[in-house]
Amino acid sequence: MSNEGVIYRISGPVVTATGMEAGMYDVVRVGHEGLMGEVIELHGDKAVIQVYEDTSGIRPGEPVLNTRETLSVALGPGLLTQIYDGIQRPLATLEEVMGVFITRGVDADGFDTEKKWKFEATVSKGDEVVSGQVIGTVQETETIVHKIMVPPGKGGTVKAISSGDYNVAEDVCTLEDGTTMQMMQKWPVRTPRPYQQKYAPDTPLITGMRILDFLFPLAKGGAAGIPGPFGSGKTVTQQSLAKYSDAQIVVYIGCGERGNEMTEVLDEFPHLIDPNTGKPLMNRTVMIANTSNMPVAAREASVYTGITIAEYFRDMGYDVALMADSTSRWAEAMREISSRLEEMPGEEGYPAYLSSRIAEFYERAGRVQTLNGDDGSVTVIGAVSPPGGDISEPVSQGTLRIVKVFWGLDAGLARQRHFPAINWLSSYSLYPPSLDQWFRDEIGQDYPEIRTAISSLLQVEAELQEIVQLVGSDALPVDQQLTLEVARMIREYFLQQNGFHEVDAFCSVDLHYKMAKAILTFQESAKSAMAAGAELQDVVNVPARTELMRGRFESTYTEEIDGLVNKMNEEIAAAIEEN
Amino acid sequence: MSGKEYRTITDVKGPLVFLNKTEPVAFGEIVELRMNDGSIKNGQVLDTSDELVIVQVFEGTAGVDLNTGVKFMGDVFKLPVSNDLIGRILDGAGRPKDGGPEIVAEEDADIIGAAINPYSRQSPHDFIQTGISAIDCCTTLVRGQKLPIFSASGLPHNDIALQIARQAKLKDSDQEFIVVFCAMGITSEEYNFFRSDLERTGALENAVLFVNLADDPAVERIITPRLALTAAEYLAFEKDYHVLVIYTDMTNYCDALRQIGAAREEVPGRRGYPGYMYTDLAMLYERAGIIKDKKGSITQFPILTMPGDDITHPIPDLSGYITEGQIVISRELHQAGIYPPINVLPSLSRLMGSCIGAKTTREDHKSVSDQMYAAYAQGRELRGLVAIVGEDALNERDKQLLDFSGVFEDKFLRQSRDEDRSIDETLDLCWTLMSEIDTKYLVRLDQKWIEKYHPDNRE
Repeated sequence: MSNEGVIYRISGPVVTATGMEAGMYDVVRVGHEGLMGEVIELHGDKAVIQVYEDTSGIRPGEPVLNTRETLSVALGPGLLTQIYDGIQRPLATLEEVMGVFITRGVDADGFDTEKKWKFEATVSKGDEVVSGQVIGTVQETETIVHKIMVPPGKGGTVKAISSGDYNVAEDVCTLEDGTTMQMMQKWPVRTPRPYQQKYAPDTPLITGMRILDFLFPLAKGGAAGIPGPFGSGKTVTQQSLAKYSDAQIVVYIGCGERGNEMTEVLDEFPHLIDPNTGKPLMNRTVMIANTSNMPVAAREASVYTGITIAEYFRDMGYDVALMADSTSRWAEAMREISSRLEEMPGEEGYPAYLSSRIAEFYERAGRVQTLNGDDGSVTVIGAVSPPGGDISEPVSQGTLRIVKVFWGLDAGLARQRHFPAINWLSSYSLYPPSLDQWFRDEIGQDYPEIRTAISSLLQVEAELQEIVQLVGSDALPVDQQLTLEVARMIREYFLQQNGFHEVDAFCSVDLHYKMAKAILTFQESAKSAMAAGAELQDVVNVPARTELMRGRFESTYTEEIDGLVNKMNEEIAAAIEEN
Repeated sequence: MSGKEYRTITDVKGPLVFLNKTEPVAFGEIVELRMNDGSIKNGQVLDTSDELVIVQVFEGTAGVDLNTGVKFMGDVFKLPVSNDLIGRILDGAGRPKDGGPEIVAEEDADIIGAAINPYSRQSPHDFIQTGISAIDCCTTLVRGQKLPIFSASGLPHNDIALQIARQAKLKDSDQEFIVVFCAMGITSEEYNFFRSDLERTGALENAVLFVNLADDPAVERIITPRLALTAAEYLAFEKDYHVLVIYTDMTNYCDALRQIGAAREEVPGRRGYPGYMYTDLAMLYERAGIIKDKKGSITQFPILTMPGDDITHPIPDLSGYITEGQIVISRELHQAGIYPPINVLPSLSRLMGSCIGAKTTREDHKSVSDQMYAAYAQGRELRGLVAIVGEDALNERDKQLLDFSGVFEDKFLRQSRDEDRSIDETLDLCWTLMSEIDTKYLVRLDQKWIEKYHPDNRE
């Protein structure tokens, strides 16, 4: 037995080879063109390989070469601002080599191995270093310092280290035992990177979207699922999160989605400014684009490639957010390969291991103490595309069992042009108990109570709407009519948010807290005014309320909102006089 | 290795032929089967190993027996392409159907087609005027987009598709589209309708037709759209044409896919369709677009009929996840005698935002389109309420919106089959219709556009 075998059978992306020594998940080169593949099953002498490129024209008898390595990503300076396919080949390099259509048989480094980076050593000769320890830094982009760490499993006494300009493959540090270290390290994608321990999350990931931050907050290190039928705004929501969330690093995986949509992201992101740092958004972003017509096995790999990169930045002590759009396409890739393997299917043709794979993936999220004692997190936000919008299907269910935050997109709301079309009745977050302390300390002591007040108003509205459907709103008593007005204000003023508007797209926590309070203030003033004899119509139609609501599109709104609320109160009080 | 003929068929099942040991055969290789009467059928390798080869036969397996000769052609399926394609009618396997000569190839193009590198794409942003108000105003079509028509049996989707093919043009430009028309499993009556319409209007000279009819082999339907798209890619990216691809009916295509899946005893997904249908459809739909530094473009108009008018059926559902929006045809509007019966409420153009506005259509387009949509949606909703409580129970605003929904359908949607409205005409019409509603209820219109375009302020 050797590392070289021959092709025995080809069936779509699945190739069987014989006469080759192989282990599970070994990366192999298939055929004369050397297509990249991965061993996914062993039967005696036969190794079943999923191939990451199109297999048309390959014949039985062609050679297969086992590299004896598992599918790995290269990690080091140069990752940020890159745009990769599912197996970490930079799309720009592919264009240079293949032209505009993606053909096959091309191997490309994950990043420029020639480029010199300025390495600043942070340890010195004679120091003891352990796995994960930072031995030096590189200013990778304007905003991000890339920390060069001792790869897991290595450690010892530093024999030589020096600052200077190096490329990623050059030795920057040598240990007494002869171990050399470069700025680039490799890590197998299917193995989670090690850490010391996981912490309970206690800080929210601020997304700038009011409905998410206020009603259904996500913790740094948490996991969220966004299921929704087509046209309900999954991708727009994911892109908003990538643009505005306050993570330090963003990994965006376009998994089996539209080509034009990816192009839009690629066109737009380099021009966007990160509201948290004021620098270009690309500086903190790594993108993985595997569109729906690119090879299906590479789509399966793309989420692992993405999360491994995310974990690597987490190990430097960064808060990383990973968006996967869409995990359903990833699951379908698993289904397609499983069916080629003639495995016994589980629900709806998906493999029986679907839910455990989903769970393993989301479990790689978390807030951790890294090997070097630092504090880092990976937050995972996965879009789900349930067929027909019905979330009783296996991918949605497998996701909901594991994530703690569910942002349910609703086609009905999208049709009413209510964006973000997140349904406030069916969505949930299990994080408020662990995050409320943060909100009390940082934003306002009564923050959780205000949230409860707002969400119960929305509940009451839903019940009242059922009655209104039958008898019309005029038949309700005035206090309930007021409740409906307040709820309408919550929906139109607070929950709706224009993701494309330069001001409204991002709303700080302080501001949305004030806005929520403004709504409750309106309710209180209106109630007491009406108790004193004012008419509902007069109270509702005070011009200052419209002004308050429209004002949110102005960049000076944060300063003006208090004044607008006072003005509204005065006008409502005046409505009593009129009667 | 072509030339060698094997007689080693062991099994024939549906469209599939199973052969015993041969020389190594490539995956996806083209196969010729010679029947006893000397006629030839074509097929393609679906599975290949040292011992067994599975071939899918495009023309169906009628007449195949264990003595049928099988020849492997040593190459994957290719379509001869050249400028001569324009004006030709080919059958579902790419052979001339119009009695004309064989296509003289400038090159042979692999019909599977490679994925366009997302990095090399250019975002679509050129407005295509179709002359149909509902589309131009509410679900604007963009050059390089893939926008399917979700229809159902008995609805006039073909008329709409033809009207679009006839009228589609860039604003202020005479540049015409080359139409690549791909028929999959449609009746000869429908085909004649398309053909005679294209002939009547002279569009046939600028069209390429690939035709697989209802009585042609179902398996052939798998390659027909690939041939059409290969021709379209050649014309767009090698010859700089702007190409409009219309394919009808995607439902027949998906059924053919299911048929092969069943014959291979694959594990079925939803409603028996194969689990890889999403990927398969994506390999077709994603062949739309524009490439940086290339002059041409491919815009796709797939037509599919939703079985049982059900938009959650796997075919429209998976399509909707890949395409950039959808135009939904409504039976209710059709029965009310309105043409084109486009229901704008579930219809959507995802790329619309990138192509409307002062530079391309008109500055008030977005505002107008939002207001028309919102007012119509509210009016439609009120119809349900009126059925319960009666019209008298409505307040003034609701009454106006209710009336507007009728006017919207009657004046805005309705237009004749050869009426070509410019975008300015469409938007002006919107203003005229909206002026029936009190301005204070038109909250989605920007004040500055009201001052400029509202009929009360224009003389």
